[in-house]
Amino acid sequence: MTTLNSDTPMPPPDDNTVDGPGTRAVLVQGDKDFTAVTETVVAFTEQPKPSKAWIIAFLLSASVLGMLGLLIGYLVFTGVGIWGNNSPVMWGFPITNFVFWVGIGHAGTLISAILFLFRQRWRTGINRFAEAMTIFAVMCAGLFPAIHVGRPWLAYWMFPYPNQMGTWPNFRSPLLWDVFAVSTYAVVSVMFWYVGMIPDLATLRDRATTKWRQLTYGLFALGWRGTNRHWHRFEKTYMILAALATPLVLSVHSVVSFDFAVAQVPGWHTTIFPPYFVAGAIFSGFAMVLTLAIPCRKWFGLTEIITMRHIDNICKVMLATSCIVGYAYGTELFISWYSGAPFEQFAFLNRARGSYSWAYAIMVGCNVIIPQLLWSKRMRRHLVAIMVIAILVNVGMWFERFVIIMSLSRDFLPSSWQDFAATWVDIAMLIGSFGLFFTFFLLFLRFLPVVAMAEVKGVMPKAHAESDHDFGPAEYRSLDARSEDETARRKEDSS
Amino acid sequence: MTAAHGSQSAPAPDQPQLYGLLAEFSSVDALLPAATKVREAGYRRWDCLTPFPVHKLDAAMGVRATILPWIVLIVGLSGMFAGIFLCWWTNATSFDLPFAIRGYAYHISGKPFFSLPANIPVIFEVTVLASALAAVIGMVLMNGLPRLNHPLLTIQRTRRLTQDRFFIAIEADDPNFDRQATEALLQEAGADAVEEVTESP
Repeated sequence: MTTLNSDTPMPPPDDNTVDGPGTRAVLVQGDKDFTAVTETVVAFTEQPKPSKAWIIAFLLSASVLGMLGLLIGYLVFTGVGIWGNNSPVMWGFPITNFVFWVGIGHAGTLISAILFLFRQRWRTGINRFAEAMTIFAVMCAGLFPAIHVGRPWLAYWMFPYPNQMGTWPNFRSPLLWDVFAVSTYAVVSVMFWYVGMIPDLATLRDRATTKWRQLTYGLFALGWRGTNRHWHRFEKTYMILAALATPLVLSVHSVVSFDFAVAQVPGWHTTIFPPYFVAGAIFSGFAMVLTLAIPCRKWFGLTEIITMRHIDNICKVMLATSCIVGYAYGTELFISWYSGAPFEQFAFLNRARGSYSWAYAIMVGCNVIIPQLLWSKRMRRHLVAIMVIAILVNVGMWFERFVIIMSLSRDFLPSSWQDFAATWVDIAMLIGSFGLFFTFFLLFLRFLPVVAMAEVKGVMPKAHAESDHDFGPAEYRSLDARSEDETARRKEDSS
Repeated sequence: MTAAHGSQSAPAPDQPQLYGLLAEFSSVDALLPAATKVREAGYRRWDCLTPFPVHKLDAAMGVRATILPWIVLIVGLSGMFAGIFLCWWTNATSFDLPFAIRGYAYHISGKPFFSLPANIPVIFEVTVLASALAAVIGMVLMNGLPRLNHPLLTIQRTRRLTQDRFFIAIEADDPNFDRQATEALLQEAGADAVEEVTESP
């Protein structure tokens, strides 16, 4: 605890990463009113023509997406032999990519649901596009298991439906749990995203200058009028969805980890997997949020809504989850030694010293060592440094899943040992999944409200009545702690 | 689209095409006392239109808590039982249901046909899915949505209701509604402007 005295330096007014004594830093900078918030957020969406940079980025991503489409066609017509998957390493790149993408998705739900339940008001600036990131990442994730089944045109067999074969899926298999978990997650994430967006779509509808825009946004805004009875049910629904999505997101990555942990493979069959996977998912997802937020806030003039405080908070979450992931790596090593099981000991030694020691080194370096730089406040303010760290974390987390899956190359029987070599199709499909992700993300930036405007307005001091701070403990919006001076000033203004 | 009338052309209060009166306010601080006034005057069919959920407005208006959470609970529990039934019936039984569909009792590694722990992930996901669908669909339907248009959305003034303006709308079919008295009340409550809203043609 710092002692408060008159010498305690007050933070500079434009720096909202510090809470001065007695004041709380603002979440929206630049002394904006409600109109200014709306206009800042919708500026890019309402431009008649997108910027050149957007068009170039879109054409690039769409081409990469097109390449992915062609490769999927190639795969369907040829078979999974075009991948490097082999007899012990059946999972190869596709499942690595699946776990990587589904993990990235989790940060969006964490921001929208868990931070909501914890009354973290800063989430309002970033939740909308983090949720969009979730949905597009889950799309990328869902693609890989579907094409990995070998005969993707029969992928619907995974769902329980009455059929002429008289059989059903095996509900005791983690792979089937995955089908239910990921599909539920996709549906709930889309609903959460859409419900939160209805009031903002209504804003776009009401601002529309062309018939086409008014009709389209009006259709998707469902006739929203923002009456208090609407808001009352809306807020209840949002709360319920957050309360449902919180256990859901933890369950989804736990179930993904069961795909591994329930198997008997040494290196996989460990109880640490669910929490370790969830922490890793949040870690990689926050890195992706940063990777997207830093350029977007700059290009779309959102620096006063996605402020340095948001970046700072995300960096801190990344640092914390990096430490959890590092701790989990250590625990895995310790337990394999402590178990006395020779297969376990070999599996972990082989990860660190075997054919894939280079991948292991990338994993530890990018996920555990490099993020430690974020302990320094100077690093947490250096956007270029943060961007580099975030991208390296994304790389490291992909390699973490790769390292885990490469445990397959050395199982119980030395006669079946075989190393895995990725083919060009593997690598091109991984790149192609980024094309899928960024194409949808760019469309989202162009056509939808990028920031949850109604929510941002709700956390601004102007949104609160004078005597608000002595009212109701449990209300999200009542956590407004204005300084005494400001209350006094506003009293003077209004009298 | 109906143009703004102002208050000069006062139609009879029982004229059917009048939807109600709309009063505009510029801030939360002006809206809250006005809402309390309208409520105390005994109106029932009225609402406040705001660009974001306004804290304390429920209390000022006297809006009671929605029953939506109970609907979600009931549907969620039904989803849970449906999930249990799905896992048990398809994997642990082999009796017929109507439409010639029947379960298939699988022997897998000598494990029991039905064991709750192994089925919990699927049951949980089905429960969450049912609850979330109930919450979203329930909210939309209880709010009287989706609809393509609404009398309140046909006037120019409410273009700013989703941005930065606050409104009180009192419907003409409220038993207490009186064209002149209601307008006087809204003016007295501190409205910046009061406007008539007619039913859409």
